[in-house]
Amino acid sequence: MKYMLLIYGDEALLSDSVREKCYEESTELVHDLAAKGQFLATAPLQPTATATTVRVRDGKRLVTDGPFAETHEQFGGYFLVDVRDLDEAIAIAERIPGSHRGSVEIRPVVELPGLPER
Amino acid sequence: MNCLGCRSAKIDSLRETVDAIYRNESRRILATLIRLLRDFDLAEEAMQDAFASALEAWSNTGVPANPRAWLISTGRFKAIDAIRRKVRFNAALAILADRLDADAESAVAHLDESVPDDTLRLVFTCCHPALSPEARVALTLREVCGLTTEEVAHAFLSPPSTVAQRIVRAKTKIRDAQIPYQVPSPADLPERLDMVLQVIYLVFNEGYSASSGSSLTRAELSGEAIRLGRLLFELLPEPEVAGLLALMLLQESRRLARTSPSGDLVLLDDQDRTLWNRDQIAEGQTLVQRAIASRRIGPYAIQAAIAAVHSEAVHGDVTDWAQIVVLFDLLLGMDPSPVVELNRAVAVAMRDGPEAGVLLVKAILDRGDLEGYHRAHSVLAELNRRAGHIGQAKVSYVRALELAKQEPERRFIEARIADLR
Repeated sequence: MKYMLLIYGDEALLSDSVREKCYEESTELVHDLAAKGQFLATAPLQPTATATTVRVRDGKRLVTDGPFAETHEQFGGYFLVDVRDLDEAIAIAERIPGSHRGSVEIRPVVELPGLPER
Repeated sequence: MNCLGCRSAKIDSLRETVDAIYRNESRRILATLIRLLRDFDLAEEAMQDAFASALEAWSNTGVPANPRAWLISTGRFKAIDAIRRKVRFNAALAILADRLDADAESAVAHLDESVPDDTLRLVFTCCHPALSPEARVALTLREVCGLTTEEVAHAFLSPPSTVAQRIVRAKTKIRDAQIPYQVPSPADLPERLDMVLQVIYLVFNEGYSASSGSSLTRAELSGEAIRLGRLLFELLPEPEVAGLLALMLLQESRRLARTSPSGDLVLLDDQDRTLWNRDQIAEGQTLVQRAIASRRIGPYAIQAAIAAVHSEAVHGDVTDWAQIVVLFDLLLGMDPSPVVELNRAVAVAMRDGPEAGVLLVKAILDRGDLEGYHRAHSVLAELNRRAGHIGQAKVSYVRALELAKQEPERRFIEARIADLR
């Protein structure tokens, strides 16, 4: 069984030193999980100020600045993609069926060095 | 004259040359440096450094044959130097400096061909839909037009700190979310061009009719929007770009006539048409014809065509209202909106008489779409007045006055109410 573990928190409360410590502890945890064959993927995200939301309605793509904000919709899945820039990510978001009913939030991923090779 | 005087006169004239190049070329140089350095702030700093060193270098060697290329390559070297100086603190920067050094070589060789594209890249990046609408406007005025943060803040009646924060946040997002520095693909171009046109028209309207406050017009901002429109048309001669530029020119041509010496609003019908700017009208009309001839006509070109019909009438009475109604029908088919319906109702009233207009405007208001829009009530009031329904005219003018925020508009409505008695 695969599980997605979602991390919620107040980014405004995260100082640089706390974030660094969080990255170190997470890296340790990942090595531990990898050794047990339990690890698939992880990454911290850039802050919500870098977020872009994509919705498709009546076949028309709507791109807006900022994170997804509707509280009556719930997190329901994810794609992790490796593309050249935000325009390519937006083009993929438009093709994700979820963007036609709900919204797809695009957040740049922070690449942590020192994670185990897969 | 002694030798010292000679030298200082020479430096003064050189300074003027450098200033002139700054005024005419700095935005294009910045656009290219952003592409070469992949960072707005680094590029801005590099450009300022390049201009600062130009004065000294050129006083010895004379102005180079291609000052723009000199400034771009000097700026690039300065930026790479600056990165190298920080290198011992950061290994990632060392790699960046090497990469910039390597891949900019070929780019500098083809500078003159790539400059128009770079300006276009800058426009599309500043108007990217992943930036907030306010940030798009602020960033475009700052980076493409070269306005200072204070000038942008003043134009939009916002605190400079708010505008500065908006610009910093937008640049951070461009960098961290990797908003690409490129002209969109043909598939995305219509949508993205629409965003750019929206930003330009918003800047124009902010200068043409301020959304609040006592000053009805701010000519400089409109002038800046027209300059942007011209630049875009030169780089990307699409029919809708021609349409927007024509629309702005035709509206701007009436600037002197649309406010009285006391700052009051003068309606199109009552304007002294000898005050209209004939050069702007001629240019606008030519552009409208060009857009229509392309057979890919869009909402801006149609609005411009409507403005062009008005501009052809030497007096309000000889306006071709039938033609205007046809154009509004086209516009509604393409881009339905209650405001366009309201404007069409006015044109129908001019063609068929005020009673026809009253029916149409009432139907729009009954749907509730424009209930909070003062102009809808003003229009209904005026049509009722012309139809002889003075009581109903007064009710609608009073409602309009309750809703109007701008001082000249309020004075205008008050004067109309006083005239009813």
